[in-house]
Amino acid sequence: MTNTWSDIKNADVVLIMGGNAAEAHPCGFKWVIEAKKLNKAKLVVVDPRFTRSAAVADYYAPIRTGTDIAFLGGVINYLLTNDKIQHEYVKAYTDFTFLVDERFAFENGLYSGYNADKRAYDDRSSWQYQRGEDGYVVTDPTMQDPRCVYQLLKKHYSRYTPDVVSNICGTPEDQFLKVCEYIASTSGTDRVMTIMYALGWTQHSQGSQIIRTGAMVQLLLGNIGVKGGGMNALRGHSNIQGLTDLGLMTNLLPGYMTLPGERETDYGAYIARRAPKPMRPNQMSYWQNYEKFHVSLMKSWYGKAATAENNWCFDWLPKLDKPHDILQVFEDMYNGKLNGYFCQGFNPLAAFPNKSKLNVALAKLKYLVIMDPLATETSEFWKNYGDLNNVDTASIQTTVFRLPTTCFAEESGSLVNSARWLQWHWKGAEPPGEAKPDTEIMGSLHLHLRELYEKEGGTFPDPILNLDWPYKRPHEPSSEELAMEFNGKALVDLVDPADPTKIIRKAGEQLDGFAQLRADGSTACGCWIYAGCWTQAGNQMARRDNADPYGDGQTQKWAWAWPANRRILYNRASADPSGKPWDSRRRLVWWNGKQWGGDDVPDFAPASAPEVGMGPFIMNPEGIARFFARDMMAEGPFPEHYEPTETPIGVNPMNDNPAAVYNPAARIFKGDLPNFGTSAEFPYAATTYRLTEHFHYWTKHVNINAVLQPEQFVEIGEGLAHEKGIANGDRVQVSSKRGYIRAVALVTKRIRALKVNGQTVHQVGIPIHWGFMGQAKAGYIANTLAPFVGDANTQTPESKSFLVNIEKV
Amino acid sequence: MNVSRRGFFKVCAAGMSGSSLVAMGFAPTAALAEVRQFKLAHTTETRNTCPYCSVSCGLLVYSVGDGAKNTKAKVIHIEGDPDHPVNRGTLCPKGAGLLDFISSPARLKYPEVREAGTNEWKRISWDEAYARITRLMKDDRDANFIEKNADGVTVNRWLSTGFLAASASPSEAGYITHKVVRNLGMLAFDNQARV
Ligand code: SF4
Repeated sequence: MTNTWSDIKNADVVLIMGGNAAEAHPCGFKWVIEAKKLNKAKLVVVDPRFTRSAAVADYYAPIRTGTDIAFLGGVINYLLTNDKIQHEYVKAYTDFTFLVDERFAFENGLYSGYNADKRAYDDRSSWQYQRGEDGYVVTDPTMQDPRCVYQLLKKHYSRYTPDVVSNICGTPEDQFLKVCEYIASTSGTDRVMTIMYALGWTQHSQGSQIIRTGAMVQLLLGNIGVKGGGMNALRGHSNIQGLTDLGLMTNLLPGYMTLPGERETDYGAYIARRAPKPMRPNQMSYWQNYEKFHVSLMKSWYGKAATAENNWCFDWLPKLDKPHDILQVFEDMYNGKLNGYFCQGFNPLAAFPNKSKLNVALAKLKYLVIMDPLATETSEFWKNYGDLNNVDTASIQTTVFRLPTTCFAEESGSLVNSARWLQWHWKGAEPPGEAKPDTEIMGSLHLHLRELYEKEGGTFPDPILNLDWPYKRPHEPSSEELAMEFNGKALVDLVDPADPTKIIRKAGEQLDGFAQLRADGSTACGCWIYAGCWTQAGNQMARRDNADPYGDGQTQKWAWAWPANRRILYNRASADPSGKPWDSRRRLVWWNGKQWGGDDVPDFAPASAPEVGMGPFIMNPEGIARFFARDMMAEGPFPEHYEPTETPIGVNPMNDNPAAVYNPAARIFKGDLPNFGTSAEFPYAATTYRLTEHFHYWTKHVNINAVLQPEQFVEIGEGLAHEKGIANGDRVQVSSKRGYIRAVALVTKRIRALKVNGQTVHQVGIPIHWGFMGQAKAGYIANTLAPFVGDANTQTPESKSFLVNIEKV
Repeated sequence: MNVSRRGFFKVCAAGMSGSSLVAMGFAPTAALAEVRQFKLAHTTETRNTCPYCSVSCGLLVYSVGDGAKNTKAKVIHIEGDPDHPVNRGTLCPKGAGLLDFISSPARLKYPEVREAGTNEWKRISWDEAYARITRLMKDDRDANFIEKNADGVTVNRWLSTGFLAASASPSEAGYITHKVVRNLGMLAFDNQARV
């Protein structure tokens, strides 16, 4: 989230799309109700189903699953053609005036530089700005140049007219226009909209571009960086934000730093590439500090072994040949390329698509290690559960270890919520039996391995033998020690660069924030964006002062938010270019003549006067927000509508190019091509979701939740039920090209048939939750049906849009 | 009378009868005869957050067992933290059922192994688990670690073992997991955010 949960109360319009907060995030959703009560805010919901969020909305519009870019592209067109944009904001704070390379082109569904054999844009060199002789981007402040981003954007989205949107999305035209009116009502400086989304936007082959389109709408309206605005991702699990911040992904290091690729052999070049010079005069381009964050991380990991002479152990970091995200890993596992696998609190057999492929893949492992508080399906993938998991146990030669771990009540530490708050929690009970915290298991595994390498030697033992391990009880590093480590500390007395007689922090002291980090090895910090969470003054995450002095829901002294305890990101944009709040009722940070200050920690250089012209988006080398994504998105600089990989209409009405029906850069493995169905065989568009009583695959182990929703069901509309002769309560089989599930049919008015491209499209709703283990009545894993396709940028599987058939059994 | 709920429990613990309080309608005093103490009055109250969704509602966890050598703390009640600025005491049907999560029959209690080709779990000790797992890891790493790629470039990666990380364990567990796993050269490393 750019903003925070309780900040939602400051909104005038709330758009929920690609999520269902009333059911999936109920206690956060209460702030939408607050906004309705306090501000007479309007709630608008766009969803394939009439959800419980829709039930309390001021306006609901249906949409075909997977067509959100077409819808939002239509909104962009509406805002531009009806002049409903915040002019001063977009001109000063976005790339509207930037000129784009003459070679950049878009034709019949494809951008310049596409390689059809590789199904990828392998030449993105034209997706760039024009540069002047001074090296800076060329701009046209009049925005008349046909190559400026504003003109290109206008041209691109002029194709998304209301009738085109309606034809693709199935949303009746008048309903689409009504939603546009609500959204457009926030284009002035005195009204603000927030967008709340979740996996309904991410789990598509073009999910990242859906989210970008939403962000573009918000930028046009001047709704980023202000109270009650923002792009608010309602993240799923309680610490998914934290695990991402800490870089537990194939290509990341903590704090959104990135691992080197195998062509990056030179340390200096590795750093330089990640520390871009400003693209416009006087911009901050904060990533220029990259080396300070990187060296401090290496000092946290390798201690004294990391020196300037060995480039801070640069060679020890593994170099990427390609991203090894989960889809790639299971593909490799399926092809017999993996021997061992660890699942720590993760149940991929249920969470990942195409269960039968996963079953085959897991059976090729030599060893599998499960660390979990609960008995997961993945841990028993080898066991025959009849139709629900029909495997030949004796032939599966995988040795499986299952290690019991603690749950939240039995451990201390921090969890990072959607709003980037690190909240400390305290252990309240002992774990059952011999269960242990993950910290202890990881510590023990490391120490055992270190001992083996000390005794026997082995391949490249250096990083294992030299890993800095200063913990008081080496087998069980405490959460407190680890939190202090990722906050960072001074390794020598840190002298104030402005005044050499002053010491900022003495050797061994905790740092106050990332501004104190250095690239010379004099500081250690395990995650630069968390610097400030445990300072010399103690554990800031444990703060529990809920005072809200400005009445705006920011509660600055409750826990600690990264970065720098800032509650609203890009908050410099809440003030106009001269530093004055756009809206005095909604003031957040402003220029007081000498420096920036206000209700929040300024997301800006504190002393940079407005006249200097530094832009509010300080992480971008441009200093402003981008409509034109340059070469950073796999499928092109402007989001374009592509059909879901399995499309119920078989064509993309936006083009007649067979290569551009679905996302031309989506992650698809050749071996999976035969596993895609067509609408002839599987005519219905399916989507998955969860119920308010459920949390993914966990709560089927929880008695009360199992009682509340005991049996697996699927939802279909009355039209489809009538066509197929299915009555409410009948047992049905839902099948895709990859398998089938059986469940009770719930016939509902909440899902209606849509008119799409001249045909009727029925949608089937499939709640996820059930599996072959747990307290709830055993059921089929819903992701048996989902396709093994990934978003082109994030490789998130397309679990929200695929094709099925349904029959009464 | 004007006494907060937790203040009320404190008073109760000091020897106050609830029923007398209600019946007589006056402020509690220690002078009242003790009838029976409230169960919650003996508990330890600990602040926590809901482990499910990332609204991260504040919880008050009540456990019995005072940390003495022969006792084991056990959670007997969970409710929303009324002081929490986001949930303000409320919990949804997931958070409200957390007690059943802690005491789920599916909770794992001991390290176990399923040997290749067999159809059952066998309980093992932690020592055996660590010894066997690290043996497998080291043998695989030593055999398949790639120090240099085909072009002779130092790449120091280990691709034949992978690791999926948790999404509800504390950040501190995430941090030490990253430190240990990446250090082995692993790249097949991801977390739930991918889904
Ligand atoms: S109680 Fe419900 S809304 Fe609150 S964090 Fe838990 S799952 Fe989310």
